[in-house]
Amino acid sequence: MRNFFRRKSSCQIAKDRLKILLISDRVNCSPEMMELIKTDIAKVISKYMKIDADNMEIQINTKGNKSERTAKPSLYASIPIVDMQSNIKETVLH
Amino acid sequence: MENQFSQEQKSSEVIVVTSGKGGVGKTTTSANVGTGLAKLGKKVCLIDTDIGLRNLDVVMGLENRIVYNLVDVVEGNCRVKQALIRDKRHPGLYLMPSAQTRDKSSVTPGQMVKVIEHLREQFDYIILDCPAGIEQGFQNAIAGADRALVVTTPEVSAIRDADRIIGLLEANGFKQMDLIINRLRMDMVRRGDMMSAQDVVDILAVPLIGIIPDDENVVISTNQGEPLVGGASPAGQAYANVVQRVEGKEVPFLNFEKGISFWTRVSGIFHKI
Repeated sequence: MRNFFRRKSSCQIAKDRLKILLISDRVNCSPEMMELIKTDIAKVISKYMKIDADNMEIQINTKGNKSERTAKPSLYASIPIVDMQSNIKETVLH
Repeated sequence: MENQFSQEQKSSEVIVVTSGKGGVGKTTTSANVGTGLAKLGKKVCLIDTDIGLRNLDVVMGLENRIVYNLVDVVEGNCRVKQALIRDKRHPGLYLMPSAQTRDKSSVTPGQMVKVIEHLREQFDYIILDCPAGIEQGFQNAIAGADRALVVTTPEVSAIRDADRIIGLLEANGFKQMDLIINRLRMDMVRRGDMMSAQDVVDILAVPLIGIIPDDENVVISTNQGEPLVGGASPAGQAYANVVQRVEGKEVPFLNFEKGISFWTRVSGIFHKI
């Protein structure tokens, strides 16, 4: 029973897949290229602080209003920091 | 004749029905929206722009009356009027069929615009049935259009293609694009096995103009060559609503269109418990 509730519905799977697919379609950027960007960013940031590269996420998004399809896309990177003097656990790079 | 019409300053609207992906219901939608508008007393011209793979004539049940076609008009083999087939069941409804034995390159966007400009003087609505794909056939179909109806089904592949089409329409300067979600199955949405209309709208971010339920009557009506718009069937009602909305009227979405039925809400409560 618990399994039944936990199971991700195929509708949710479709939505998740589309979200990623359309982002790369819209900016003409393949998932492979996104992966390369991600590893490169991780490499650079790692020079300055210890980060949790496995759990970092990068995303290309049109800021704010989603109906603005023509809005300029920006790259968002969410990088969990493991060790740093300040207490900030997570930083967002634009 | 032409002067007479332009003096009346008729404002005609040219609508392209497109989707990117094939088989999602462009032709069915063209036939039903066109017929529905004619039923409201509008003068409507349906144009099949799918050169080489014409289908709109069959869906309309007019396949036996074709003499001339779109390519004949473009090449000057006949006058525009000669290629128009009048649908005897609905006054004011005409079809310009496509050529079956030619290919897409037989017509250019510029030629399409010319034909449409000619037809604008005589019709309230010109509906263009666009071929699948994003190549020349698509460019021809959108060239002379004022607005677009983007048809999709709640499937990943169709939505992806619709998104691409919307991007291309925007790049071509389209300001008005409306979304038709075809073949929605509420039972599957309730089970969580199909994206709801709201899910699709959230993803594509285009105004919704209609939700057509998956309805076997569509197949039956295609068999008979008679569009079902305005009939008692769920799809017939849904298309009638689309027609009203195309006309600019605000029509509430039908129960099965909403995506949330009474039972969804009840079962939703149980799920929370």
